[in-house]
Amino acid sequence: MPSTAVLLSQAFNGLALGSLLALVSSGLTIILGTLGVLNFAHGALFAVGAYTAFVMMQATHSFVLALLGGCAIMLIIGFAMERLIIRHFYARPDEDQILVTYGIGMVLVEGLRSWFGGNSQRVPVPSWGTGATKLGFLVYPTYRLQLIGIIAGLLVGLYLVLYRTSVGLVVRAGIENAGMVGILGIDVRRTFLFVFAVGIVAVGLAGMLYAPVVAVTPDMGASFMVQSFVVIVLGGLGSFPGAIVGGLIAGEIISLTSAFNSAYSEVMLYGLMALVLVARPQGLFGTEGRV
Amino acid sequence: MNRDSVRAVLPELALLVVLLAAPVLLPPLGFSHDLLSRALNWALFGLGLDILFGLAGLLSFGQAAFYGAGGFVAAYLLVSGLVHSVWLAFLIGTLAAGLFGLAVGWLAVRRIGIYFAMITLAFGQMAYFIQNSPLSDFTGGENGIAGVPVPVIGFGAWAVRITAGVPMYALLAATFFLGFVLARRIVHSPVGLILKAIKENTARVAMLGHDVPAYKLAAFTIAALYAGLAGAMLGSFQSYMPPDAFALETSGQLVVQTIVGGVGTLVGPLVGAALWLWLRDNLQLIPGFGSLWKLILGLAFIGLVMGLRRGICGEILHRWRQRGEAARLHAAKARTEAIEAGRLHAPEVPAEVALPMPRPAVDGRSAHAEIALEAQGLARHYGGLKAVDGVSFQVRRRSIHAVIGPNGAGKSTLFKMLSDEVSPSAGSVLLFGERLTGAGVTEATQRGVVKSNQLNQLFLNLTVRENLRVAALARARGRFRLDLLAPAGARADVEAQVETLLDILDLGMRAETRVGVLAYGEKRRLEIGMALATSPNVLLLDEPLAGMSPAERVATCALIRRIGRSCTILLVEHDLDAVFDLAERITVLSEGRLLADGPADIVRRDPAVQKAYLGAAPDEAVDEGSATRGAMHEPA
Repeated sequence: MPSTAVLLSQAFNGLALGSLLALVSSGLTIILGTLGVLNFAHGALFAVGAYTAFVMMQATHSFVLALLGGCAIMLIIGFAMERLIIRHFYARPDEDQILVTYGIGMVLVEGLRSWFGGNSQRVPVPSWGTGATKLGFLVYPTYRLQLIGIIAGLLVGLYLVLYRTSVGLVVRAGIENAGMVGILGIDVRRTFLFVFAVGIVAVGLAGMLYAPVVAVTPDMGASFMVQSFVVIVLGGLGSFPGAIVGGLIAGEIISLTSAFNSAYSEVMLYGLMALVLVARPQGLFGTEGRV
Repeated sequence: MNRDSVRAVLPELALLVVLLAAPVLLPPLGFSHDLLSRALNWALFGLGLDILFGLAGLLSFGQAAFYGAGGFVAAYLLVSGLVHSVWLAFLIGTLAAGLFGLAVGWLAVRRIGIYFAMITLAFGQMAYFIQNSPLSDFTGGENGIAGVPVPVIGFGAWAVRITAGVPMYALLAATFFLGFVLARRIVHSPVGLILKAIKENTARVAMLGHDVPAYKLAAFTIAALYAGLAGAMLGSFQSYMPPDAFALETSGQLVVQTIVGGVGTLVGPLVGAALWLWLRDNLQLIPGFGSLWKLILGLAFIGLVMGLRRGICGEILHRWRQRGEAARLHAAKARTEAIEAGRLHAPEVPAEVALPMPRPAVDGRSAHAEIALEAQGLARHYGGLKAVDGVSFQVRRRSIHAVIGPNGAGKSTLFKMLSDEVSPSAGSVLLFGERLTGAGVTEATQRGVVKSNQLNQLFLNLTVRENLRVAALARARGRFRLDLLAPAGARADVEAQVETLLDILDLGMRAETRVGVLAYGEKRRLEIGMALATSPNVLLLDEPLAGMSPAERVATCALIRRIGRSCTILLVEHDLDAVFDLAERITVLSEGRLLADGPADIVRRDPAVQKAYLGAAPDEAVDEGSATRGAMHEPA
């Protein structure tokens, strides 16, 4: 049995990983719920976000400016992807959407590799986040605590946009029934463009915020993408609350299991997914009858 | 051998020639024997995906799990000395992958489309982590398993080791050839036809009485077996079993190769793999260009998915077939236009053609039962809305019975409960005195209650004959049967059934036409014919006349009357003239409740019915026909 301190620090790690997964998954889930497109380029866009943080940090030496500039870049990428490619796939089968986004992901990852090389890059921890903070008997890296706070703030912001604005109302109505929204005379195409770009900025921000904690490589997003798929299966298709709760559950399972035996940390996550599939196939927050 | 039987095996012969010529002709173009061998290994792996995705429409991103499982089981058995024969290790590895596929598939086939892709991807990653950590004592973790022996043919002094180079190429080519022949048999078997239909319209296949999850699981397991065999051979061929066999990139590469080569062609995976490996091996040699090969491939892949979705082989085959069939397609479309413009006579029902016989009733007691179908207090509530609220009535054997009522009366919901598509909130349905409710729509069809739909649910990319065949096979083969090697059109009873129906439906001239190009009236007839092809005891017709021209209505009414001689019919219809003309007994619903039930002429005179349903005094009832016809296109 690991000590309480180890367990507690792993619980915090789980919170950090879980909130990150929640941000990645909420980007994935609002795109999936509204547009009906499963974005297989999501992992690649996570890496693109991390690399924009790397480039912007070198240019501006300010993490805040890097985040702002990074968001602008992600917004442009999101708009371009939707306009140039995704838009042509709304009427096509799910499988074609998956294939084309997989292809986009491949191009993005290989683009990063040929631009920055295959070696890992480092993004420094922002000056205001260095060192460690004492939390009672636990000493924990300051930036990771800030990471949890920043992501919580971002998720609250996303919640406010989705649940307190008229655009958000259209998005949530679109998740319920996209056809009906179109019939009501709302320009779905503009909403789709907006939702797609927001989803891309969300995953890009996750990549930027995570960049100071890990080595930045072109392939870094793949495992996050698979884990966010599991989060969606756990939380339920297109469910924003499901993405957040599912993300936190997934983060805690991975971190707490590795306190006992790190070999099983990922396996436990997939085991839970299998269990949910058997017991509640629509996911924790999903409604029966959708896909 | 006559010309037809040569044509039938033309793809096999062509592949054989290519496989024999490739190691001689291709090496100067940059295809080394090693590259060709690796391409064949990927192609064998891809045959499974082509059956799963190309045939059944299930896109899996987790095939690496089975490739790795087959590979590591075989490699471990050989290197640990538990098994000495490489061939036996191949067999065990393949079967292990198949078992693993059965377990993963059991979970994955519960979900479709997006969910299926996500779940297979996640289980693929799970397999990767299991290999990497918990099982690393057996699998070598990140190091993989080195020193996997090559197979040996013959015994003692005649033993020949199949080493890398031409011998290994020959072994992989022979294996791929056999795998290809087997895959083609599967594609042309009844199972293959049913999988094709599942890809087109899953819900209808279930309504016709086929066990959809079981067929999907079969396709998934077959794909896992192919992957397992390819994986098992990989270790032996490289004398090393790499952990990347389990990697996400392996599944992705397989998907890309199969799409690029052409999904649904069976040779697509081979062409795609050869192209991928050739690009990698040759572009990497160009200085300053090396790291870009995958970027270029990715861009080409996006372009292909956007514009040429059929892939290389798919496009070639499509153009080839189109050239031969352009004239026929043109003629078929011209006929459709003529029918829709009313330039052709309405179909005539042939005077005497034997209808497909209903199955014998379940047992002797029920064979004499006078009541074919009985609703007992059926109710269905959607939240506060009581779509159907406690409806009871009986349908007599060999009668034509109609259910009428204004829009929103609950007729379609009632029908869905009768065929057990929707489970009732309360009450039950009895078929010849036995409880049907709870059995599910597939089992209901197998027991003889079949519905033809208000909105056509046909397999648009299959021919008329194939549509009817899928339906008739459900009756002849039961819920599930794994006849993978028999040709789909080889059952005499099924083919006779299909021929009879083509006659009755007056679709004989259209037998080989793709259903997508049929005229609307023809599609409506085929919709009824599909239900009829399952040889029902009780046929439920949901608005059979919807959208038909007056002449087509007359012909369809004649058809319904013909069917009614040998089979119990229950129909919902808004055309009251037709209803009073056809039905012996009528049940009237209003706002989910039973309003009247009895012989047609008594119901017609019932003042309550006239008031509620016709909404007017008897002398105003003349206008009613046009009113209901106008409302007909609303969903009921």
